[in-house]
Amino acid sequence: MLTAEDKKLIQQVWGKVGGAEEDIGADTLWRMFHAYPPTKTYFPHFDLSQGSDQIRGHGKKVVTALGTAIKNLDNLSQALSELSNLHAYNLRVDPPRFALQFLAQCLQVVLAVRLGKEYTPEVHSAVDKFMSAVAAVLAEKYR
Amino acid sequence: MVHWSAEEKQLIASVWGKVNVEECGAEALARLLIVYPWTQRFFDNFGNLSSPTAIIGNPKVRAHGKKVLTSFGEAIKNLDNIKGTYSKLSELHCDKLHVDPENFRLLGDILVIVLASHFGRDFTPACQFAWQKLVGVVAHALARKYH
Repeated sequence: MLTAEDKKLIQQVWGKVGGAEEDIGADTLWRMFHAYPPTKTYFPHFDLSQGSDQIRGHGKKVVTALGTAIKNLDNLSQALSELSNLHAYNLRVDPPRFALQFLAQCLQVVLAVRLGKEYTPEVHSAVDKFMSAVAAVLAEKYR
Repeated sequence: MVHWSAEEKQLIASVWGKVNVEECGAEALARLLIVYPWTQRFFDNFGNLSSPTAIIGNPKVRAHGKKVLTSFGEAIKNLDNIKGTYSKLSELHCDKLHVDPENFRLLGDILVIVLASHFGRDFTPACQFAWQKLVGVVAHALARKYH
């Protein structure tokens, strides 16, 4: 459960990376494809070379969606409802607890790279919990 | 046997060469106990684990973290035989410590994040890839003797 403190930390972290959504998104996705090749199977239609426009564009989309979620931490289910439908019925990404685990790990690495010491254990914990909550919402309608 | 490319070996070695095993080990273990509090179940006799500050400052956590990461160093010295290197430790974690192998994966991921926060942009995607592979192999080796 996200505590009030967690929510504060998440919003603070996001504030620190404001403006860099596209870079963060692209870096996260590139690391995910590189470190977890099976995740590429969902993007056969993409140019997956480093720095590709499609990776940048999609990375920005993902991070923007996370930003929306962060603005609605008290009502994630509703905020992510459309995305939840999309993942369950169209994209059918293997239950998010696997796919998002890799995305979450890579996002955390990217944030840690950027924030260094500021990526404290408390912040790490809050972001981890947040990503778990997002994964749970996205998996809600799978079956 | 796991295949390591020359580049992977080099990336692993170059990061490892700069790691302060005591600091990094302590930090990784502390984060495990903070981010995944249920893992504290294995450390009942460690004393005060009541808050992130307590955990980070706890001398037993620091000492054990150092021990764990030092053991990691053994894997790095023996990349071509991680299974053999961890055979006894695997039995120990199963028979005596009763640790669910899922925890090895959690600690591995945390270690990668700790390295990322220490090395910043030097922790490139290629670096991360090599290290995710390494922590995965170590986790697998530690789980191998479970029965």
